[in-house]
Amino acid sequence: MADIAFLLLIFFLVTTTIQTNQGLSVTLPPHSDDPDIAKFHERNIYKVHINSSDKVLVENQPFESFEKLHADTKKFILNNGEDPESSENPEKAIISLKMNRGTHYKRFIEMMDALQGVYYEIYGERVGLTAQEFRSLNLQLADHKAKYDRARDGVPMNISIAEPNKIN
Amino acid sequence: MKVFKTKYSNREATISTAALPDIIFMLLFFFMVTTVLRKSDENLKYKIPTAEQLKQIEQKSLITQISIGIPKETGKYGSEPRIEADGRLITVDDIVPFIMKEKDELPTYSRDQIIVLLKADEDVPMGIVSDVKQELRKANARRIIFAASWKSN
Repeated sequence: MADIAFLLLIFFLVTTTIQTNQGLSVTLPPHSDDPDIAKFHERNIYKVHINSSDKVLVENQPFESFEKLHADTKKFILNNGEDPESSENPEKAIISLKMNRGTHYKRFIEMMDALQGVYYEIYGERVGLTAQEFRSLNLQLADHKAKYDRARDGVPMNISIAEPNKIN
Repeated sequence: MKVFKTKYSNREATISTAALPDIIFMLLFFFMVTTVLRKSDENLKYKIPTAEQLKQIEQKSLITQISIGIPKETGKYGSEPRIEADGRLITVDDIVPFIMKEKDELPTYSRDQIIVLLKADEDVPMGIVSDVKQELRKANARRIIFAASWKSN
């Protein structure tokens, strides 16, 4: 009897899927009627465009690889005014992710994932953690919260998700 | 003084506990089978994309789920991507009232911290996702989780 019971127990344990609440965390800007209310200097914007056939343009150049995107984005954010073409400081640096209405969600998540990865890596490096460790900091704990705040101080995650174009 | 001593006096009356594990297991299975962890989405099918920079959300009580996918019964609901919340298919215009209703169910101090878990199929176009996003901004539900599962290379 007990054997059968355990077998059933294990069967249900294995087959039950518990809903996980994990994903890419994003905070949207407040609602405004005028989408272009803020104007930014061209050098502080890093443009990533995805068209309706999921092709990517990074700063008007065709997308090559995730490694290159990662390295270039990181350089852009941490430029601190060195290169006059690149960002003035991390606080002003904005990554603008723009899509077409026909872009597949999968591609968007892929690019968003890559861009968030850059920020998490920067945050991690500032407090001596890996990106993975930084993401799993528990903000309820005081020392974790302190690290989190220290890492993010002066480097906000400025990833703007622009309204998609209606047409190409 | 003589004490009465019957031939049964030393025996304790016991209840057989042999069936107890069976009862416990039966209860266990009853609850395991009947417990619904969350209202499951009945009308849409979706496969969430994979990603690496995942964050686990701890404040479960603040989470509200909205899903976007292709209806299972294409004959009835068509084959275009639809939005589902609370087990019902809704349109873009229903999102603000839906979020307001969900906010009302939260304690006053945490109403604006509502987190929307957006579960969208990986093949839906960004147009509908973006429409939902704009509505969420209008409803002042600005913390969004784009649901994704762990990408194993």
